[in-house]
Amino acid sequence: MSDDHVYLSLAEGHEDDTRWAYGTGFEDPLHGVDTTVPEGVDTGRLAAQCVALADDALVSAQRLAEWTTRAPELEEEVALANIGLDLLGQARLLYARAGRTDGTGRDEDAYAYFRDPAEFRNVRLAELPNGDFAFSLVRLLVLSSWRLAHFGELSSHPDPVLAAVAAKGVKELTYHRQYAAEWVVRLGDGTPESHRRTRRAVEQVAPYFGELFTAYDARDEVAAVLRQVTEAAGLPMPVYRPLPGSGRAGEHTEHLAPLLAELQGVARAHPGATW
Amino acid sequence: MTTTHSAETPEAPEVSGTSGAPGTSGAHGTSGAPAASGAPLPEQALQEHFDATIARDQRVEPRDWMPDGYRRTLVRQIAQHAHSEIIGMQPEGEWITRAPSLRRKAILFAKVQDEAGHGLYLYSAAETLGADRADLTERLIEGRQKYSSIFNYPTPTFADVGVIGWFVDGAAICNQVPLCRSSYGPYARAMVRICKEESFHQRQGYELLMTMMRGTGAQRAMVQDAVDRWWWPSLMMFGPPDGDSPNSAASMAWKIKRHSNDELRQRFVDMTVPQAEKLGVTLPDPDLRWNAERGRHDFGTPDWSELKRVIGGDGPCNAERTERRRSAHEEGAWVREAATAHAAKQERRARAQEGAVA
Amino acid sequence: MSDTHGTRGTGTDGTHGTDGTRSTEGAPKRDWPLYEVFVRGKRGLNHVHVGSLHAADDTMALTHARDLYTRRNEGVSIWVVRSEHIAASTRDEKDPFFAPSADKVYRHPTFYDIPDDVPHI
Repeated sequence: MSDDHVYLSLAEGHEDDTRWAYGTGFEDPLHGVDTTVPEGVDTGRLAAQCVALADDALVSAQRLAEWTTRAPELEEEVALANIGLDLLGQARLLYARAGRTDGTGRDEDAYAYFRDPAEFRNVRLAELPNGDFAFSLVRLLVLSSWRLAHFGELSSHPDPVLAAVAAKGVKELTYHRQYAAEWVVRLGDGTPESHRRTRRAVEQVAPYFGELFTAYDARDEVAAVLRQVTEAAGLPMPVYRPLPGSGRAGEHTEHLAPLLAELQGVARAHPGATW
Repeated sequence: MTTTHSAETPEAPEVSGTSGAPGTSGAHGTSGAPAASGAPLPEQALQEHFDATIARDQRVEPRDWMPDGYRRTLVRQIAQHAHSEIIGMQPEGEWITRAPSLRRKAILFAKVQDEAGHGLYLYSAAETLGADRADLTERLIEGRQKYSSIFNYPTPTFADVGVIGWFVDGAAICNQVPLCRSSYGPYARAMVRICKEESFHQRQGYELLMTMMRGTGAQRAMVQDAVDRWWWPSLMMFGPPDGDSPNSAASMAWKIKRHSNDELRQRFVDMTVPQAEKLGVTLPDPDLRWNAERGRHDFGTPDWSELKRVIGGDGPCNAERTERRRSAHEEGAWVREAATAHAAKQERRARAQEGAVA
Repeated sequence: MSDTHGTRGTGTDGTHGTDGTRSTEGAPKRDWPLYEVFVRGKRGLNHVHVGSLHAADDTMALTHARDLYTRRNEGVSIWVVRSEHIAASTRDEKDPFFAPSADKVYRHPTFYDIPDDVPHI
């Protein structure tokens, strides 16, 4: 195989193999983190916060998974799955933290599979159907901008676990926001059709901003991102018109129940099963 | 690292503006590039050089002269392989949103994503031969190019996810590990990468089945049912028997393929039987038994008429699979066009700005 | 020498007409142009050609390359090149580009607990 030297230098040229699936480069985000809840932290509030952020991530990951085999190009399949997997990872860590702090000792699957729609605390923006690629990407831009701002603040949270999860999430969300922003600019600027679709997506997303900001007011950060992106995309800034109600209070659209029925169906059909 | 520009076909002239290309690569094109003698290399000399490369077990690289048949065979095989990865996302992809635990959801999501990646590596290899991905996609959705027949079977239960990992990815590994030594360099290199990544696919499938076999009676029944449904189609994945495989001989001679269909099928059976015993499932073949004389397993004959039917388009899910791929491609057209248009506008803007500065 | 692809004189240039949104009409439908991807596996190594992908522009090509060729925290630097142009990911982008895949432990075959006595797995 001496004629394969170029590839060998990639595949076998060094021993530690950190670039491959079976490599050693995996990091436990909680490695070395003390998981006891520090004095003075309100555990009820901490658990509720973890569940809400986990629900946002799980429901978003579920919607991103629905793009699988339906994305506009194969490279986009890979990208959307990367983002979905990041969010799913965040959800799992946050549910686990909630179970440790709310006194129930529940595991991640108890939260994901055995709560009813009214018990979910995700924002309604996350549960809306995917719509077209423009809607999905404008939504991703808004959600990742808000979550990035929030996680930036949470990375200095007094709970070391939430802080560690947030610090790791900041890197992921920076990339999600960049991916979404690049696409929204392309679609807004691209063709008359893509411009029309993206403009409509911005209008559809706007009413759902309000409930994001009740949990963490990142109005200025999100507005700054949107201003930059809409300007580059040649789109109008969305008008801020909050809808009544909030997913954070368990008030959801009609779209959450079918999403959860699909997510939870197999798990609930086999009580006592192990997977 | 120097980039070189290979012509799309051996007949095509070198693309202009390739002054950066290294002079060491040799002018293998039959274009106008004169050989040392001043005359173009005759086809026979090129053929002899090519044959010698194959005989020495060296790799053929994109810019090398190669016989048209070799190029055509490779494009067909690599494209079919790529299509199989992409269509193969569908049967399991159905279960990402339904996976019964978050851990399984993450594993399956990552696995199906890998398949998209593997399809891309393979399309990339096909494109080094002058094929065009848009054209290959057209051929797939118009039914003019095939993909592996196995993906035309349905996945009614979550146990199918495990059995696909165990059987289908196991069969794929039997097929693909030898392809890492395929005579065509880019294909062999893509296969190295794919095999490294796929080692996790088979293991996750087997581990899921082991977990389910330790679970409820209903789960064990689900696993056995999936094994019963997937065993024979998995054996068919290796293609028709050697005596009935028209393209195999040429592919073997060119070292595009390294082992015959029947030899690979035998390897798969020998590998899988002891794994089934450990798992506690029965493989649905009354003729399956150890043959001490051969040192291998004897096994029954798959229903080759079924394979013909499924390849011919009459499998349980053929229409559904192709239709999904078609609709994703067509519904995504406006997105791809928007990105192209934006890139063109950006380039014009950059040029206008340069002009303004100058 | 790397196995870079043939340059395509048509198609990519065909989109640079006076009306960028319409110029493909009548012509065969084309993908986004092809980019070659070079990854530096780690410090001390050269960038190595790892394959190709399609993207509408350099930015998208880098994003796709990160997603496709570094899903498993391989690589500290990527180059993409279309024709004569080379674009490189910068050091500053290293964290968001590469860090997120570090925890995907389920991509690791040894993550799956298979008894030693199961053969060939």
